Amino acid sequence: MKTPSVPLKKKKRSSVWVTLIPLYLFTLLFVAGPLVYMFVLSFQTRAEVWGVVNQFTLDNYKNILQPVYLNTFVESFKLAITSTLLICAIGYPFGYFMAKLSPAWKKRVMLLLMIPFWTSSLIRLYGWIIIFRANGTLDKLLMGLGLTDSPLKLLYTYPAVVVGMVYALLQFMILAVYSSAEKMDWSLVEAARDLGATPLKAFLTVTLKLTLPGLLSGVILTFIPSMGLFFIADILGGNKVVLVGSLIQDQLMKAHNWPFAAALSVVLMILTSLMISLYKRITHTTELEGIL
Amino acid sequence: MEETILELKGIAKRFGDTPVLNGISISIQKGEFITLLGPSGCGKTTTLRIIAGLETPDEGRVILNGQDVTDTEPNKRDVNTVFQNYALFPHMTVAANIGYGLKLKKRPKDEIKKAVDDALALVQLEGYGKRMPSELSGGQRQRVAIARALVNRPSVLLLDEPLGALDLQLRRQMQLELKALQKKLGITFIYITHDQEEALNMSDRIVVMNGGHFEQIGSPAQVYDSPRTSYVARFVGTANVLRGTVEAVEGDALRIQCAGGCAGALRRGYDFAPGAPITLAVRSEHVEFTKDPAACGLPATIREKTFAGGMLRITLELSDGSTLIASRHGIDMDVRTGEAVRVTWAAANAVPVDVEASEAK
Amino acid sequence: MKNRTKLPNIYLGVVMAVLYLPIVLVVIYSFNESKISSVWGGFSLKWYETLFKDRAMFEALGNSLVLALCSSLGAAIIGTLGAYGFTRVKLRSKSVVEYISMLPIMIPEIILGMVFMTFFSLIGLPFGMTTLILAHTTFCVPYVYMLVKARLVGMDKSLGEAARDLGASEARVFFDITLPLLVPAILSGMLLSFAMSLDDVIISIFVTGVNVNTLPIKVYTQIKTGVTPEINALCTLMLGVTILLVVLSNVLGKIGKPKAGKHHKQTGELCGPGQTQ
Repeated sequence: MKTPSVPLKKKKRSSVWVTLIPLYLFTLLFVAGPLVYMFVLSFQTRAEVWGVVNQFTLDNYKNILQPVYLNTFVESFKLAITSTLLICAIGYPFGYFMAKLSPAWKKRVMLLLMIPFWTSSLIRLYGWIIIFRANGTLDKLLMGLGLTDSPLKLLYTYPAVVVGMVYALLQFMILAVYSSAEKMDWSLVEAARDLGATPLKAFLTVTLKLTLPGLLSGVILTFIPSMGLFFIADILGGNKVVLVGSLIQDQLMKAHNWPFAAALSVVLMILTSLMISLYKRITHTTELEGIL
Repeated sequence: MEETILELKGIAKRFGDTPVLNGISISIQKGEFITLLGPSGCGKTTTLRIIAGLETPDEGRVILNGQDVTDTEPNKRDVNTVFQNYALFPHMTVAANIGYGLKLKKRPKDEIKKAVDDALALVQLEGYGKRMPSELSGGQRQRVAIARALVNRPSVLLLDEPLGALDLQLRRQMQLELKALQKKLGITFIYITHDQEEALNMSDRIVVMNGGHFEQIGSPAQVYDSPRTSYVARFVGTANVLRGTVEAVEGDALRIQCAGGCAGALRRGYDFAPGAPITLAVRSEHVEFTKDPAACGLPATIREKTFAGGMLRITLELSDGSTLIASRHGIDMDVRTGEAVRVTWAAANAVPVDVEASEAK
Repeated sequence: MKNRTKLPNIYLGVVMAVLYLPIVLVVIYSFNESKISSVWGGFSLKWYETLFKDRAMFEALGNSLVLALCSSLGAAIIGTLGAYGFTRVKLRSKSVVEYISMLPIMIPEIILGMVFMTFFSLIGLPFGMTTLILAHTTFCVPYVYMLVKARLVGMDKSLGEAARDLGASEARVFFDITLPLLVPAILSGMLLSFAMSLDDVIISIFVTGVNVNTLPIKVYTQIKTGVTPEINALCTLMLGVTILLVVLSNVLGKIGKPKAGKHHKQTGELCGPGQTQ
């Protein structure tokens, strides 16, 4: 009694896969395609005047090892690490405290967070220009309080860029920490306290462990973009701070050295992937906390 | 009256490497209320889904109204289902939910409206048409789900543990209503439950399922009074199951050696030779005992007395270490734990089960 | 006891105040009569007047709106169909393609900008609105995809089966049951996409044509070259629209959620950023 149910199964599913065509086409053509081309381009040679010559070379990668460029990577990393640490220090307590609010206040705080979040990042950065500019809000405040007697000239300095980065990316950390702290079973902390742990010990052994995925996800969500946000360095740092992002932009737009820009991007991409796979290794999840 | 409406022939289904159904067959009559009874994971829901067309069997045929519908899609089968969690469309009103099937059949609007109103009246929910499912109580949702399936007047209505989520009182009430509804409409109901009481209350026939096959198909009385297997005996009405040896066959009566004592049973159409092993099922209410040490019976010790649901349950330990449950109405009974007794039963109340080769009739 | 509850609240308040400080300053100075932002010259609406007379600015705004609308629509179609297909079909290539399609919000934007610029010139696509829409759609798809997928995974499978059982074909189930239930998730994804597209500077700079300006690009160049307080006025208006959108999305999110939903925190439909800023 073998039944001809096999053709039926095929018939049943035949229509559904059609819905995948747009995503497959689009992904292969406009995501995979360009990324593959970036990889190819990074091994090609720059033409004398304009464009690219199809000749294999490793020079672009060797080029990165030049002190000028290597230094950019190092500086970029330093800035990213500084910003990320600051973001952790400010954002983690925020997300943690926020998760302990009453449901009604959670909603209100969330709404308040969303408005700056949805506001154009340029607008918000522009606000900082007003604050940092010579004789701007901050100078006036500090001089008014008698803390300084001359303008600090904070605009176009390294600290200004750090503030800009922290400001632009802080919400990612807050949301990531909040979403994992909110899911946490607080009775576990009570259980730890009940079993004799001090508040600090309970925090370190239970709370921190359970909110670690959120914290790490926040680190990734802030660290990775902070290396590429060249316009923050541009607006708040003048040309004093050069990021990998700025370097790539210059190589593309000004020097027209596309293969080199591609090589830089490949290296940046590899660093990014390493961080994400490390995150996955530690947390055993594939999805970033709080990204939705 | 004897008109076959649905037939399953050798249905087998496996999910991956796990067999779920092992070649089950049954023929169901028009207007019958049939219950698939079994514990979770016994394959009853899969059986229902195969009838509905939501699963395709690996082997076997489904015959509905004389037509082979094995490969017919669910939307083209004259069968409707009441889902376990009701599956009401949350974005449609109650009326739109009930009218959905008719709308798909492109019936005229006023006809749909009338049918929906009738269906609502049928389940005693007049005037609820404009509500959303989220505004209804569990029992009301249940009624809507039934109305939605019934309004299409299917040949067969499939109900997947429809009362599972309701509390006991509502359950009892809905059992009566469902049975009345089925009688009134004359539609074949195939009903799934793991609750033996529900099955015994409502069904014309009960199919006891276990591990992907049918253990026994029969009327509630047959299944309850004459279980064919020890599984059925235990699952329906929790009977005691004992092993013994046939000592002598005297006409229809059997004399049995069991747990260091002797007992009687009836042959019930099976053939036994003296010395053959036998398994007996005896319901707890049929277990009797006497303190007379000389009486014929199984020597036992009273281990425990508990009172539950108006019944006194007495746990007895037999001489071979196995336990036996006896139950009595009322709370006082002159027994004490630790007391030695002799267990007996009327021969007519001991049912031979798990008899293989020699089929009964 | 009191101190223990108060301190966190003060902390939350202070951080929140710092978050809002630059925004508030922008709003205040948009009404400043004086051209120099450090001097308060009295209340005035003149920068709004200047803004409304600035045709280039309006053109840029128009471009940005068209761009955001097209890419969020494109993303809605591709992302929704893709998420639906992936939950229904078993394919070996599924996880790879899913991973690649999510890449645009995982890697730094600068890389995306770079690869689009070089790739589009490789295939000879003229830079302009087309390239902008293609590039923006790429990073909008993941938002729609993730939100719709989360909704689909949480959706009761028996709803579709019930509709099939009542006589609906596979296609009818999609249009009658699945799609209506997905609408809130799709709208949330589109809104998120819309906002992300409207805010994007980095990718747009690389893929825009000579004569196509988007609003962020225009604002960016203005901020870089020397500020006119007109930008303040523009920013204030955009802020107003943003607040409106946030409120709207919150209302939408509420309608979309099942009342007795098990996932009471389906990661608040709209809390979601990606990492683009």
